[in-house]
Amino acid sequence: MTVLQIIFLGISVIIVIGALMTVSSPNLVHAALWLILALAGVAAIFVLLEASFLAVVQVAVYIDAISILIVIAVMLTRRAMGETERQINRSWLLAAFAAFMVFSGILSLFSQVPQLANTPSDLVESSEFYIQELGKALVNVDQSIIPFEVASVLLLAAMIGAIFIARPPERAGGDS
Amino acid sequence: MPEDFLPIAVLIILATGLSFTILLLGQIFGPRRPNPRKGSPYESGMRPYGKGQRRVPIHYYLIAVLFILFDVEIIFILPWAVVLRDLGIFGLIEMGLFVAILLIGFVYAWKKGALEWD
Repeated sequence: MTVLQIIFLGISVIIVIGALMTVSSPNLVHAALWLILALAGVAAIFVLLEASFLAVVQVAVYIDAISILIVIAVMLTRRAMGETERQINRSWLLAAFAAFMVFSGILSLFSQVPQLANTPSDLVESSEFYIQELGKALVNVDQSIIPFEVASVLLLAAMIGAIFIARPPERAGGDS
Repeated sequence: MPEDFLPIAVLIILATGLSFTILLLGQIFGPRRPNPRKGSPYESGMRPYGKGQRRVPIHYYLIAVLFILFDVEIIFILPWAVVLRDLGIFGLIEMGLFVAILLIGFVYAWKKGALEWD
């Protein structure tokens, strides 16, 4: 076993522990913190796969933004912080069995695809090269300039929607 | 290259180890003499009133959503910034358009008072 494989196994154990604690922790805030641990592990996996840009995205969007949104959503909900309920109900064994069946089904299906069953070849270029290619493709007229600009419109729509939903109440008589 | 991230890994391991060590040392050596006065939440020396856990204002949510959106914007800018010199003036105009569209949302947020705290 190489050093990278040992690191991979360690990170995988951390991810699985984090994910399990996320779904089994009775306290919502603790669950959110465990989720951050699992997401950080996924970022480390991206680093091992030499996908450094995806690792940056994972840290910046998931660990930063999504986790903060989840924590704040927990804070906004009434009574959710102090509540500690049981995380399992009567049919958890059945649900675990169903999840296991679906997982093994997907796994056996994917292992029959020849491209996925083989060990993937190494990356031809360095990861910097792919980031540069992505940057060029984003503003290239022949490639993805339209999705790139539409993405900004989508972000604008999300921003205005969020402000409209959570708009601070208009002050009476004042021009705020 | 994964090797380039070795300093970050060392930093994470050191930070985690240090925090657990400090907590452990406090657990081992710290005296524990709890009393009700100590257990009460500290409110500037005042007698605490109300519940400790109340709903936070919706402002926090708004700030969080705005943060996420501009965070995603950074993700779009990052690969573009790597090749900024190669793209020339055309790339600058493209990104200018991208940022200008998002700036509309920023102005809207500003106008609606979403960034204000009262």
